[in-house]
Amino acid sequence: MAATVTHDTLTTEPDQVFDKKTWMGGVEPMKVSYGKLMMWFFLISDTFTFSALLVTYGLIRYSYPSWDPAIFGEVFKFSNLYWPTPEMVYASLPFLHGVNAPLIFVGIMTFILIFSSVTMVLAVEAGHRMDQADVEKYMLWTILGGFAFLGSQAWEWSHFIHGTETGTTITEIINGQNVQRTIFGANLVENQYGPPAFADLFFFITGFHGTHVLSGVILNILIFYRSATGLYQKRGHYEMVEKVGLYWHFVDLVWVFVFTFFYLV
Amino acid sequence: MSTVSTNSATVAHAVEQDHHEPQSFWRTYIFSEDHKTIAKQYLISGIFWSIIGISMSVIFRLQLGFPGMKMEFLRPILGSWINETGKLDPDFYLALVTMHGTIMVFFVLTAGLSGTFSNFLIPLQVGARDMASGFLNMLSYWFFFVASVIMFSSLLIETGPAAGGWVIYPPLSALPQAHKGSELGMTLWLISMALFIVSQLLGGINYITTVINLRTRGMSFSKLPLTIWAFLLTAILGLISFPVLLSAALLLIFDRSFGTSFYLSEIYIKGEALPNVGGSPILFQHLFWFLGHPEVYIVLLPALGMTSEIIATNSRKPIFGYRAMIASMIGIAFLAFIVWAHHMFVTGMNPFLGSIFMFLTLIIAVPSAVKAFNYITTLWRGNIRFTPAMLFSIGLVSFFISGGLTGIILGNSALDIQLHDTYFVVAHFHLVMGAASAFGLLAGVYHWFPKMFGKLMDEKLGYIHFWLTFIGIYLVFFPMHYIGIAGFPRRYYAFTSYDFTKNIFADMNSFISLAAIFTFTAQWVFIYNFVNSLIRGKKSPQNPWKSNTLEWTTPIKPGHGNWPGEIPAVYRWPYDYSKPGAKDDFIPQNVPYSQTPESNLPHENELISLEKEIEAQNLNDQFSQPH
Repeated sequence: MAATVTHDTLTTEPDQVFDKKTWMGGVEPMKVSYGKLMMWFFLISDTFTFSALLVTYGLIRYSYPSWDPAIFGEVFKFSNLYWPTPEMVYASLPFLHGVNAPLIFVGIMTFILIFSSVTMVLAVEAGHRMDQADVEKYMLWTILGGFAFLGSQAWEWSHFIHGTETGTTITEIINGQNVQRTIFGANLVENQYGPPAFADLFFFITGFHGTHVLSGVILNILIFYRSATGLYQKRGHYEMVEKVGLYWHFVDLVWVFVFTFFYLV
Repeated sequence: MSTVSTNSATVAHAVEQDHHEPQSFWRTYIFSEDHKTIAKQYLISGIFWSIIGISMSVIFRLQLGFPGMKMEFLRPILGSWINETGKLDPDFYLALVTMHGTIMVFFVLTAGLSGTFSNFLIPLQVGARDMASGFLNMLSYWFFFVASVIMFSSLLIETGPAAGGWVIYPPLSALPQAHKGSELGMTLWLISMALFIVSQLLGGINYITTVINLRTRGMSFSKLPLTIWAFLLTAILGLISFPVLLSAALLLIFDRSFGTSFYLSEIYIKGEALPNVGGSPILFQHLFWFLGHPEVYIVLLPALGMTSEIIATNSRKPIFGYRAMIASMIGIAFLAFIVWAHHMFVTGMNPFLGSIFMFLTLIIAVPSAVKAFNYITTLWRGNIRFTPAMLFSIGLVSFFISGGLTGIILGNSALDIQLHDTYFVVAHFHLVMGAASAFGLLAGVYHWFPKMFGKLMDEKLGYIHFWLTFIGIYLVFFPMHYIGIAGFPRRYYAFTSYDFTKNIFADMNSFISLAAIFTFTAQWVFIYNFVNSLIRGKKSPQNPWKSNTLEWTTPIKPGHGNWPGEIPAVYRWPYDYSKPGAKDDFIPQNVPYSQTPESNLPHENELISLEKEIEAQNLNDQFSQPH
């Protein structure tokens, strides 16, 4: 234990900008705990999971043409010959039937998720201040934001699955005959809005992201429960809030990319 | 309420850090969180899988060497996979090839190699009580175990295991009606691999974190043994590449089971048009090889790291070019991610893109050559001790060079048109990654067996095992290059007989098969030696190889927490062998420079002043902190 005593006297020296002792062993470099480090490395690996999915999206997306008025007609209509324009697909709002509101709903969803990231930052900050009441308050807001996002996504999916009132008429070849059929909405096999691949990718990638959000919400609830019971207060630090916060911000960041790919380009 | 009890437990923990309460049998041997036990679990599983994987290769080698051979004697094991005429069923042949690849690459040389030695050596060599998270480490093994059970069960089902090659390219693997092996066997393959990837990620995150955070006092990155550098880089490779395979596998699961078309487009099967449009099977190849190529180095790097250590120890010389070794491993790890398309030269990709990937591929020869020369220069005029581990390490260098040379040929996108998917490729990767990594694994077992089990392995049997295996492997894979150049494609059940193939190449195939059986038989010497030494082996001294690294400062059978007292501090690099002036021919890492004035170099005398600083560093003892 003598060694630790000398250590204490050493650290009273003014902090250098780069301390060569950082990497000398015996310390956690930059004072990052193993748990936080693990979370960072998990996030790096998860980045590659999502990157692979977004690369898949990009490759399939660009094997289809976009809607071009000069080729496909002046008025946009759904067709499996070209990739649909997102403003035309996602243009509805709940309770406001018939209102054309391109990308408004998904904009609200994105805002909710980003706002929940802000409240998460506030929870982490409250944790630094050891303010249990504030941690609880902001964690609750974050959980609410997560549920609101998931609920919105459920509505968006259900709307996407049910489809428009008129549906889209497609032509299929069955036993050598051209057969016309009207389809409504989308599933993994057929899609009224455009090529089936569009719906496949939509369901898979937003679903995969939604699963991440769901696990984030579950973790948030756990953290909320444990701060509410005073566990972290007794432990003396709120690092768990920080770790789960990292995950929550990551899920948020991934959504920004998913949003960009599916709704903006 | 629970918090109160946790707190008091932590306090008690900190005080009695050396004597943990004895745990139940289940927690000590089965669901253990101790890195040494988990390493042994991985080792035993790896040996189990390697017996199955290599046996499979012997069975299909019989068919290749002696086409249409009667295999009635295998009916008790293979049942109806031996058809009515007594021959090996062609569908099952494909399954055998597939499962041999899957098992050897993932279950033996990934889990069995880095699972065993990363777990065993990282805490011992960096000077830590255990992995950063023992619980996640345990979880990692049990995910692997469940993956193993599922993969094994796929061997027992009626339609047989996956049969689309270990690369499972769609559309063959995506359509259950395409082949027997694409039915339930393929589903089980995908589930098993998804669990395997989770296990790899849990393990890898732990390895990286332990190396960064739990090094003992004085163990800076420039004093890490090369083994640890190799394990660290391996873990980083796995962390970045395995998730991509996870995505690829999940998309394939959707294509197979839920009617999506990520990899499928415009397909007729059995005269019937499928509705799938819009996907691309080439996309799968890109995703797969983004894992698949780094995977080669995930398999090879730990073997290179361990043999660096073994060769330096047994040459009684510092490793030549310590920093160059690290730099070339970093170089290889980096290049591993930007060469994947050299597996896809003949998929119809743009030849210009092909030439870029060819260029990047050939650059790998530079760091690889640096490593090969450094091995040789370490051996050069060394006071070599030919222990079995040393022989296997030198064998690795030999395979690494002779297999690597053909890599330069295969990396060339023009030559690849002729050689793609021939036995030339098979010979190349079996030498450079299969045999080399297997030799690294065996060298590791021979070298660290005393640390793992406190006993010595029999040296004579080790020598016999080495020479039979070394000669056997060259007898198998050297002639195989010629078969490849002659144009024999891999994964075929039988070959059309042409005039030019009748005598030379048919005979060569029989010869290879006999050599394969010979090599396989030789492995039982190892199994016998392993089991026998475990039971009756001579008791090992504390430091049997007179090695410098920290694991040999622990008791002969280290208990939970590895060191009974304080963790030793580290003052020097791990390669002070045969230092001029020193009284022994090795100076362990925990000996301070102030104790060796007779052998210190001028700049090392200056480091004496640093010793106080090192000792003043935190103890970094996991067990004295709440965890």
